[in-house]
Amino acid sequence: MWKTLQQIAVTGIVTEPAPAADPGLKLRDALQERILGIMGRALCIRAVDAGSCNGCELEIHALNNPVYNLEGLGIRFVASPRHADLLLVTGPVARSMEAALLATWEATPEPRLVVAIGDCGCTGGVFGESYASCGRVSNVIPVDVAVPGCPPSPVRIMAGILAAITPGADARHGPTPSGLAERAP
Amino acid sequence: MVAHVWFEQASPLAGAPGVAALEVDADSWSRVALDVAATAGRLVAFWAEARPAGGSWLRATYAAEPGVLVASLALPPGEREYHGLHEVFPAAARMQRAVADLSGPEARGGDRRGWLRHAAWPTGFLPLVDAGEPAPPAAAVTDNYPFVRVTGDGVHEIAVGPVHAGIIEPGHFRFSVVGEKVLRLEERLGYVHKGIERRLAGRLLGDGHRLAARVSGDSAVAFSWAYCQALEGIAGTALPPRAAWLRALALELERLANHLGDLGALGNDAGFAFGLAQFSRLKESLLRLTERVFTQRYLMDFVVPGGVAVDAAAGAEAAIDGFMATLAAEVMRLRQVYDEHAGLRDRFSGAGLVTPDLARRLGLTGLAGRASGQAFDLRIDLPCHPYDELRPVKAAASEGDVEARVAVRFDEVAESCRLVRDIIARLPEGPHRVEPACPPEGAMGIGLIEGWRGPVLVSLTAGPDGTVRRCHPHDPSWHNWPVLEHAVVDNIVPDFPLINKSFNLSYSGHDL
Repeated sequence: MWKTLQQIAVTGIVTEPAPAADPGLKLRDALQERILGIMGRALCIRAVDAGSCNGCELEIHALNNPVYNLEGLGIRFVASPRHADLLLVTGPVARSMEAALLATWEATPEPRLVVAIGDCGCTGGVFGESYASCGRVSNVIPVDVAVPGCPPSPVRIMAGILAAITPGADARHGPTPSGLAERAP
Repeated sequence: MVAHVWFEQASPLAGAPGVAALEVDADSWSRVALDVAATAGRLVAFWAEARPAGGSWLRATYAAEPGVLVASLALPPGEREYHGLHEVFPAAARMQRAVADLSGPEARGGDRRGWLRHAAWPTGFLPLVDAGEPAPPAAAVTDNYPFVRVTGDGVHEIAVGPVHAGIIEPGHFRFSVVGEKVLRLEERLGYVHKGIERRLAGRLLGDGHRLAARVSGDSAVAFSWAYCQALEGIAGTALPPRAAWLRALALELERLANHLGDLGALGNDAGFAFGLAQFSRLKESLLRLTERVFTQRYLMDFVVPGGVAVDAAAGAEAAIDGFMATLAAEVMRLRQVYDEHAGLRDRFSGAGLVTPDLARRLGLTGLAGRASGQAFDLRIDLPCHPYDELRPVKAAASEGDVEARVAVRFDEVAESCRLVRDIIARLPEGPHRVEPACPPEGAMGIGLIEGWRGPVLVSLTAGPDGTVRRCHPHDPSWHNWPVLEHAVVDNIVPDFPLINKSFNLSYSGHDL
């Protein structure tokens, strides 16, 4: 016990300041500012891997480490879509995950937000569309914010999540969905 | 007969050291398997390739004294059945089902349930044989998979997934339990099948490494290295010495990042949040170091045909060396905390037991295998350059429980810290990349790299004009997923997340 306490004291607080919301990642404004004002203070996220290579999951995990400390902002991951305000979706959507993703989305109470993570979530990435892949997340459910990167860094993912819930972060300044599609390989 | 007799008849194959190829007839096909098993050999991978003349090649890869053998059986057009390997190597069962789903041939006497094909594409469409794309289903569909039912007084089922209650990849677990005790676990995987093998076919050889790196993102370096090793082998491209050493550096950084993440998560799954906080802090520092040295936190596009994409940043050597010294000391301190924590010891010890005998019979491999007395590590047993000069020390335990898998990770973290410092000290000068040559059509090579989870195999056959004819990436998770079903029996349901994490298997690498 002494060693544990000593280690905690020696480590100290390593949390860094959160990045600003990046409105450039926003695809649409689904929610009124009044609602965002309420949600932004205590947001619950359900992560859904719809077919990723697991690279994005590694960086989503990092959001909970002491350096990024997402929970310190009042944002936490929950175990059920019924408790969630926002779905964080990775991957191209594998065809065998399409039904599960739709069911998860339908189980999330409205108003619900969707943030697509990674090049594959934004465009289908290297996997594209095929007999086994539906491609980008917005081919299956409506997407509010898309964060490209392979994988995107925790800071970029945070900037995307914050863009979805920060009042005044206006999608009109950001790229259109078709603008993102041009990134496809 | 013993396995080395087959090696004597085989001819060397390009790519990884010590790999030989042998074409066999139906009779020898089974005898090779029996002889390999009799000499304590193991099945490394099994897949099918369409033959240009029609029909298929079935390819079984074994590791046995004195190396690795790829046994190929030609199946003429129209012949759909072959003698399955599942009776000798139980791990082959699911690979055979995947071959039936994607390429057509079916194992006689094997499990006929689909494995990677759920309902997303029509029966009869063989993704690795048929041209064209089938029309996608009109609406999202699910099928009704016939799980094995356990019946009896008080037995009930717990169905979990495919969407899991955490930041985890998707898959389905069907537990049959009495009270808290698990009687049986049946896994159903294939949810993240996204058509990687078909997408690789026809791609430019010089571009396939990008897809290989994304077979399982946590093993990006291992898979892209294995792909490039196979490609450089068939192209006759000599890798510059500096590139080989930088690849080894990247592979050890990848091993460290994953082990640190797992050690934290294992503490957390046993209720010790301190462990997660400490190890995820260390992992974050390691990723930032990786970014400083190689410009990426995760090295998705670092290993490229002919070398590596970027050389280490100027002055990186001193920074890496200092970091590794600190990391090794910090991890040693945390290991002491873990070892002395009664609650952790209580949860780790005896949980998810896989005895060495069971591990041998089921073919448990990689890190989990080394915790159950299966002391096999490609870096030591079949080293490619520069591991032949680095001479790593193999981690080994035989208790086979969560505690042993934690101990092996601690040992490997310490060893990788040492290896990284050794690599930095001995890093040769020279170019970090050369232009790879174009291999002849039909040439086949094998890449074999010990990733953090276990041995990663990539088989690559060249097509015309510098394209891929067939590429099969194989993750060690294929072998270890079935063993997890055994490891969890007689444990309580709440210990499953802990046991599962102690294996930390890849869904994407398995589902392809």
